[in-house]
Amino acid sequence: MRTLKFLLQKEFRQIFRDPAILRMILIMPVIQLMVLPWAADYEVKNIKLSVVDNDRSEYSRKLIHKITSSGYFSLAGYSNSYSSALADVDQDRTDLILQIPPHFEKDLVRENKAVLYLALNAINGVKANLGGAYLNSIIRDYNREVRAEWIQFPRFSAETQINITSSNWYNPGMNYKYFMVPGILVILLTMVGANLAALNIIKEKEIGTIEQINVTPVKKYHFILGKLIPFWILGLVVLTLGLTISRLVYGIIPAGSFTTIYVFAALYLLAVLGLGLLLSTFASSQQQAMLISFFIMMIFILLGGLYTSIDSMPAWAQVITKFNPVSYFIDVMRMVVLKGSSLADIRGHLLAMAGFAVFFNGWAVISYRKRS
Amino acid sequence: MPEKVITADKLTKRFGDFTAVDQISFEVEKGEIFGFLGANGAGKTTAMRMLCGLSMPTSGAATVAGFDVYRDNEKIKRNIGYMSQKFSLYDDLTVKENMQFYGGIYGKSDAFIKNKTAYILDELHLEKEAHVLVRSLPLGWKQKLAFSVAVFHEPGIVFLDEPTGGVDPVTRREFWNMIYQASDSGITVFVTTHYMDEAEYCNRVSIMVDGRIEALDTPGALKQQHEARSMDEVFLKLARKAKRGEG
Repeated sequence: MRTLKFLLQKEFRQIFRDPAILRMILIMPVIQLMVLPWAADYEVKNIKLSVVDNDRSEYSRKLIHKITSSGYFSLAGYSNSYSSALADVDQDRTDLILQIPPHFEKDLVRENKAVLYLALNAINGVKANLGGAYLNSIIRDYNREVRAEWIQFPRFSAETQINITSSNWYNPGMNYKYFMVPGILVILLTMVGANLAALNIIKEKEIGTIEQINVTPVKKYHFILGKLIPFWILGLVVLTLGLTISRLVYGIIPAGSFTTIYVFAALYLLAVLGLGLLLSTFASSQQQAMLISFFIMMIFILLGGLYTSIDSMPAWAQVITKFNPVSYFIDVMRMVVLKGSSLADIRGHLLAMAGFAVFFNGWAVISYRKRS
Repeated sequence: MPEKVITADKLTKRFGDFTAVDQISFEVEKGEIFGFLGANGAGKTTAMRMLCGLSMPTSGAATVAGFDVYRDNEKIKRNIGYMSQKFSLYDDLTVKENMQFYGGIYGKSDAFIKNKTAYILDELHLEKEAHVLVRSLPLGWKQKLAFSVAVFHEPGIVFLDEPTGGVDPVTRREFWNMIYQASDSGITVFVTTHYMDEAEYCNRVSIMVDGRIEALDTPGALKQQHEARSMDEVFLKLARKAKRGEG
């Protein structure tokens, strides 16, 4: 116990003297949480639309006006030649081409049907898909208006109309920030947990102080606890900071309790710290550790459900996410923050995380050797 | 008969095909200053690391402070001090904090740490630098401080791995005075070096060539055996047989 006290005292002294660590735990979370949620937004806006209007009628102008006033599109070009619009696509000046054929108005009024042609620049697939879908729904709307104008009202509407009214449970305003901020917080905690402890131990390896510790009677578990505890506390500080920012900047108040978040985060940090320790027993230089951790973080983030829904991943990828601690924490954060889930609701997640913690730390303890 | 505090019997360390330490045998008596000489790459550090419990021997037997290096390496650690080739105090801790830390992890009491710290600061004339980060001390002072920290917990044996590398002659002199003091107080000193003038200060020296001990005796006897005027000549005569290159 006394040995541990000295190890912790030393660790905290070093942490508070290291400006790099302080920057990493204080400034990095603030910046990431202030900037990323504004940029990492799924909503597609500013879609560049080129209109090839071969009709130039009142109806075609009305349609274009309706589209541009929706707020999702900006008119990037207006011409009467499809090839010049296609050249704009080539230059990446346009995402969508809407071609209005000649006689559009005439066909619409006389034949009661008209054809529009839509071309998508699918280099940015998400933008093209969503843009196409938006445009479709605007045109459908337009179509209804035109019908309403032209068709004399029969006693009963000839077309059955199903109107869907939807309500969004748990995130009524469909606010992306409610969805992203808790996830980004998870990534931050993961970086702090897995990297700081690992780099710290490897630094001692590089300087040679670890060898000096290895010739003392300090026990293996004392040494490891001496490294785990300070960074575990730092992780919780980062979490507190992050939750404060989410509240002050984004007005996010978890629907569930803070206790649930902290209990899970405490366990989660233990697991990622274990991963960091494990990393430090294998890597012999800080560069090496950074590269490995970069690789692991990429997988963790992309297969963690932060940006893309796990449910829509292929089955094999969903299996991988089961071995990714990040996916559990993101899930828990969203459950607690948006849905108000309690400890009982997340007991499966807690159990899985305890498993990760035991596995990583156990492996780290086994592979850390005082004697080579 | 004097007490033997270190014994090695055919102690060997192999890394794959490479035999770093090849069946070395020797004994060190209590209170002795035992010089462990050899060219770079002769196997000195590896041998010392095995005795300190940092490296697992491949074969052979050894005891340190009466404990077996295979089984009781953690018990050995309670009884030895170690100063490695690399400077290994924490340079982002102050002079005082380093002493407090190393004293603490050896399980010394607060009173012991306090008294001993005051004593060492006085001996090294470092009272003014007590609260200075170790990083800002000159190299010579750092080395002396590292030695003081290595014997802070008053071990029976201290292992010094090229403690005076890169240090000026005056500081080296002072460093050796500290070694003599430690030896006078009953601490056995096991020191590796490749400064041959330092070899003259040792009670007995062993000279390692290519992982084997080629000579072991008092400096005087060695000079006589090899008809040399200085240890430098003895060393050159023996080291010339080396087949291993630098490194």
